[in-house]
Amino acid sequence: MAKTAAGAKALQPGMSGFADDWSSDQRAFKNVHWGKAMMWIFLLSDTFIFSCFLISYMTVRWSTTIPWPNPSEVFGLSVGGVEVPLLLIAIMTFILISSSGTMAMAVNYGYRKNRKVTTYLILLTALFGASFVGMQAFEWSKLIHEGVRPWGNPFGAPQFGSAFFMITGFHGFHVSVGVIFLLIVARKVWRGDYDRGDRGYFTTMKGGYEHVETMGLYWHFVDLVWVFIFAFFYLW
Amino acid sequence: MAHEEGQTHPISTYLWIWGLLFVFSFFSYMVDYMAYQGMLRWSLILLFMMIKAGLIVAIFMHMAWERLALIYAILLPPVFVLVFVALMSFESSYTFTSRGLYFALGS
Repeated sequence: MAKTAAGAKALQPGMSGFADDWSSDQRAFKNVHWGKAMMWIFLLSDTFIFSCFLISYMTVRWSTTIPWPNPSEVFGLSVGGVEVPLLLIAIMTFILISSSGTMAMAVNYGYRKNRKVTTYLILLTALFGASFVGMQAFEWSKLIHEGVRPWGNPFGAPQFGSAFFMITGFHGFHVSVGVIFLLIVARKVWRGDYDRGDRGYFTTMKGGYEHVETMGLYWHFVDLVWVFIFAFFYLW
Repeated sequence: MAHEEGQTHPISTYLWIWGLLFVFSFFSYMVDYMAYQGMLRWSLILLFMMIKAGLIVAIFMHMAWERLALIYAILLPPVFVLVFVALMSFESSYTFTSRGLYFALGS
C-alpha cells in the first residue's frame, strides 16, 4: 500500500479500493461530501417507496379481470379535432428532462463559482418544475371531470384511478417540494452564502457549492422516477 | 477528473446527454404513437427506459465518476426490488386465476 501522509493510504481504484473504503474504519464514501452521501441514501430509500407504488400498480393491473383502461386514449388530447395520444404527457416529459439539463449545468456553474449563471439556471429549473406541476394539475382536473375516481372510472378497471392518483400524486408532491427547495437554494446562491461558507439548514457546518450538487441529485431523481412512471404507467 | 469533493466536467457533456434524453424520450413516445403492440412494444419501452435511466444516473448524477464504494452501496440494493416484482407477479397471476374461476362460477 502506498503511503501519502503518516498513516493515510492513497485511494485505490477498483475492487481493492472498494474493500479498502468500506474497511477503512473511517467514512466509507471517500471524496464525497457528507451531504451528498446522505442525499444518495435518502434517494435509495425513496427508490424503495416508488418501487412499492409501481409494484402494487403492477399487482392490481395483472390481477384484475376487468380490462385496464387504455392509457393512450385516456391521456390523449384532441388538437383541432385530431386525437393525439399522450400529448400532454409527452410535453411534461420533455419539460422535466429540460429541467434536469438546466440543473446539471447549474451544478457545473456552481463549482465554477459563477453565482449569476448558477442562480438563473436554478430559477429556470424551478420554472420548468412549476410548469410541470401545473400541467399535472390540468391533467388531474381533466380526469376528475371525466369521472375518474380512486374507487372507479368510466373506462374500465376501478383500480386505474387509485394507482394513477397515488403514483402521479406522490411524484407531483416530490416535484413541488423540489421547486420550493430550488427557490431556497437559488436565493442562497444569489446572496453569496456559498462563497462565504455560511451555515446551512439543520447543521452548524459550513455550506459550499456542494449544496447545489446535492440539490441537483434530488432533482435528477425526480426526473428519474418520471422515466419509470412514463414507461410503466403511461406507455405500458 | 474528480475534485476533492466536487464534480467539474465540460458543459458540452451535459448538453449531449440532454439531447440524447430528448431523442430517447421521442423514441418511446413514438412507440405509443405508432401503436406497436405485444413483445415489441414492451421490449422497446423497457430498452428506452433503461437507457434514459442509465444516462441520468451515470452522467447527470455523476455516478460514473464516483468510487465503487458509493456505486455499490446505492445501485445494488434496488436490484433486490426485482425479487419483490417476481413475488408479486406470482401473487397477481394467482389472484387473477382465482377471480376468473370464482367470478365465472357466480359464487
